[in-house]
Amino acid sequence: MLVQALKDQGVDTVFGYPGGAVLPIYDEIFQQNDVRHVLVRHEQGAVHAAEGYARSTGKPGVVLVTSGPGATNAVTGLTDALMDSIPIVVFTGQVPTFMIGSDAFQEADTVGITRPCTKHNWLVKDTNTLSGVIHEAFHVATSGRPGPVLVDIPKDVQFATGTYTKPSPTASHYQPRVKGDLEEITELVAAMEKAKRPVFYTGGGVINSGPAASQLLRELVDATGFPITSTLMGLGAYPASGKNWLGMLGMHGLYEANLAMHDCDLLINIGARFDDRITGRIDAFSPKSTKAHIDIDPSSINKVIKTDIPIVGDVAHVLEDMLKVWKSRGRKTNAEAVAKWHMKINDWRKVDCLAFTAGDKTIKPQQALARLEALTKGRDRYITTEVGQHQMWAAQYLTFEDPNRWMTSGGLGTMGYGFPASIGVQMAHPESLVINVAGEASWLMNMQEMGTAVQYRLPVKQFILNNERLGMVRQWQELLHGERYSHSWSEALPDFVKLAEAFGAKGIICKDPADLDDAIMEMIDHDGPVIFDCLVEKHENCFPMIPSGKAHNEMLLGEAETQGVIQAGGAVLV
Amino acid sequence: MSALHIKKGATKHSAYNLRPSFSDVQERHTIAVLVENEPGVLARVIGLFSGRGYNIESLTVAEVDHTGHLSRITIVTTGTPQVIEQIKAQLGRIVSVHEVHDLTVEGASVERELAMLKVVGDGEKRVEALRLADIFRANVVDSTLSSFVFEITGAPEKIDAFADLMRPLGLSEIARTGIAALMRGD
Ligand SMILES: Cc1cc2nc3c(=O)[nH]c(=O)nc-3n(C[C@H](O)[C@H](O)[C@H](O)COP(=O)(O)OP(=O)(O)OC[C@H]3O[C@@H](n4cnc5c(N)ncnc54)[C@H](O)[C@@H]3O)c2cc1C
Ligand SMILES: Cc1ncc(C[n+]2csc(CCOP(=O)(O)OP(=O)(O)O)c2C)c(N)n1
Repeated sequence: MLVQALKDQGVDTVFGYPGGAVLPIYDEIFQQNDVRHVLVRHEQGAVHAAEGYARSTGKPGVVLVTSGPGATNAVTGLTDALMDSIPIVVFTGQVPTFMIGSDAFQEADTVGITRPCTKHNWLVKDTNTLSGVIHEAFHVATSGRPGPVLVDIPKDVQFATGTYTKPSPTASHYQPRVKGDLEEITELVAAMEKAKRPVFYTGGGVINSGPAASQLLRELVDATGFPITSTLMGLGAYPASGKNWLGMLGMHGLYEANLAMHDCDLLINIGARFDDRITGRIDAFSPKSTKAHIDIDPSSINKVIKTDIPIVGDVAHVLEDMLKVWKSRGRKTNAEAVAKWHMKINDWRKVDCLAFTAGDKTIKPQQALARLEALTKGRDRYITTEVGQHQMWAAQYLTFEDPNRWMTSGGLGTMGYGFPASIGVQMAHPESLVINVAGEASWLMNMQEMGTAVQYRLPVKQFILNNERLGMVRQWQELLHGERYSHSWSEALPDFVKLAEAFGAKGIICKDPADLDDAIMEMIDHDGPVIFDCLVEKHENCFPMIPSGKAHNEMLLGEAETQGVIQAGGAVLV
Repeated sequence: MSALHIKKGATKHSAYNLRPSFSDVQERHTIAVLVENEPGVLARVIGLFSGRGYNIESLTVAEVDHTGHLSRITIVTTGTPQVIEQIKAQLGRIVSVHEVHDLTVEGASVERELAMLKVVGDGEKRVEALRLADIFRANVVDSTLSSFVFEITGAPEKIDAFADLMRPLGLSEIARTGIAALMRGD
């Protein structure tokens, strides 16, 4: 019955790991060919793989794990998906209903444990309700603000036979509002017509809303000529090559993007949630602006930043109405002022905050990513990342022209996300180039998934920027803890080339800047999984950086003497 | 010395507790929540309050629509206006929640609570307890030669006042239902 429901929901791939409490379902899977099952090596990997699958396709990711330890291993992935609004449906086995509560073998209170880390969850006690719950689970995961859901199925419920019901879109009382209020939309359009220094601040909600939202966003931005920045989660919704693109904003965002946020008079938030990595010091955040916020989740509005024009609705629906209203009112903008605003932004751009000096003896991490960008740009490329400095450098130095091409753990910041996520992406896009930009420490957290990559012949490229440090932690210790590097060393690292070979994959090591291009090409050209061990400068810091608790205009630009942009001696509080 | 201008180890700022400064005024609100009557729904609501650090002053729950499988939860909470707004929005996000009403702002409402108080004593104190109960319109629902159990219904402040008076007269146990509330009028 479960497999039938999955088929009816259009599921083609399930990431999972078997165990006693899900054997009846595995038996069903064995006897059919419509739904592929990918055997991961750890349940956390299954959930991250499903996240990668979901984010790169726009479809929900599906996971199947056993009771007890299978379920508890899935908790990190569920929390990750909740924070980043990724639609995931997780099925867990449970001990038979008559044994629940008896501390049975591999029993855990799965719905209790996962209640705070799912959007919703269900324990199914009657086989007759199973199919209805499964359809509702897919509906809840994908409607409104997407998120992870979990269905816990006791073993006796799996064995029993019951009546099957087909999916029906109207069966659920859960129907979040998607259309924005026209009055509010008109108020925003009126503000846009007058704005002298407007900026679009876009986020993951544009990606969640689907390709139509990105399309409408492009139309709106290009028609108005307003500058646009995005959060880490929204990269690709507006193309990096677009002429109004400012780059990412936030703690490690671009100088021009953050200063535009600080000085703007109209801030238009589209599907972003004023995360603390964005706002910095709240009372100094964008002090001169009128703030509009488009979000499908009313709880995101006014949670952190007071909003003047709140619009509850789905990005695509609201943008469509905004465009209609704006056009019907004569396509007005304060073009003269906006042109001046662009000139000011161009001055900030000249600071060239991402400039770095490439090393001639040691590879700089920025340099490795700049070369990776140059050699893979224009290809059918998907990027996943782990968490740390490398993640921020990837966001800064790689460019994205389309949505759903960039998979990263933003809200929870889960080390160990990127590798399994790359597996999920590659499953969904077998012909594409899938690269996981990793730090050596993060990568080790889910390295067991090498087995999965090799077994399913997934040619995922593990691009490890190896600084032999927990780099991001080390950077904070340098800046905030008097250079006391407490336990931020990656000691006893494996030989990554041998490790790859031990799994039957290819390993490449690169330490000389002169070899970098050839090594990257070798990685790309190899038809199979590759671990690329790129030995980089060990104590490089990630800039720009807004130290936490500071305002956007108090950004650190870096060890500036090497850039010659600002006076020798250091970072500048602008 | 690093090349950076900020003093090393100088700042204690953390990115994790940057709360905005909206209004600081603490308000008390009574919120009525209509939920699907299913296992775990109360845990969802309570988990939301504990997980996000909101206050619960009082919480009552019971099924109110048997055929529709709906229960009504009445929560009394305190917080700044921004927190109260968040609480309502967060409650609204719970999939099993059908409706959220802020009785404090949506119009006049009536609030009642029921309490039972056991008062143990004899002689003058016993007589005094009975006299006060009469003034407060509390009913005697159980009595022995040395004790009474009173039942009292009213606004929470009235119950507080009654309990305060009973304390020197031998109050030994008190059970309160928490607040139930409805909007006035139709
Ligand atoms: C080490 C590290 C450093 C970081 N530094 C930065 C940084 O410098 N800059 C940065 O930007 N981020 C950074 N992040 C990420 C940051 O923590 C947040 O995850 C990110 O900023 C949140 O992105 P978002 O606001 O787009 O929200 P998301 O988490 O993507 O949330 C999306 C919002 O859109 C809404 N939404 C969802 N679907 C829809 C829809 N269909 N229609 C309308 N609205 C919808 C949701 O309700 C939600 O409010 C960092 C993370 C890590 C781990
Ligand atoms: C599971 C988990 N544990 C701890 C952290 C805290 N943390 C954030 S970044 C980081 C260091 C990451 O090191 P590495 O993967 O080598 O990347 P680098 O910063 O060096 O690029 C740590 C420990 C985290 N984000 N996730």
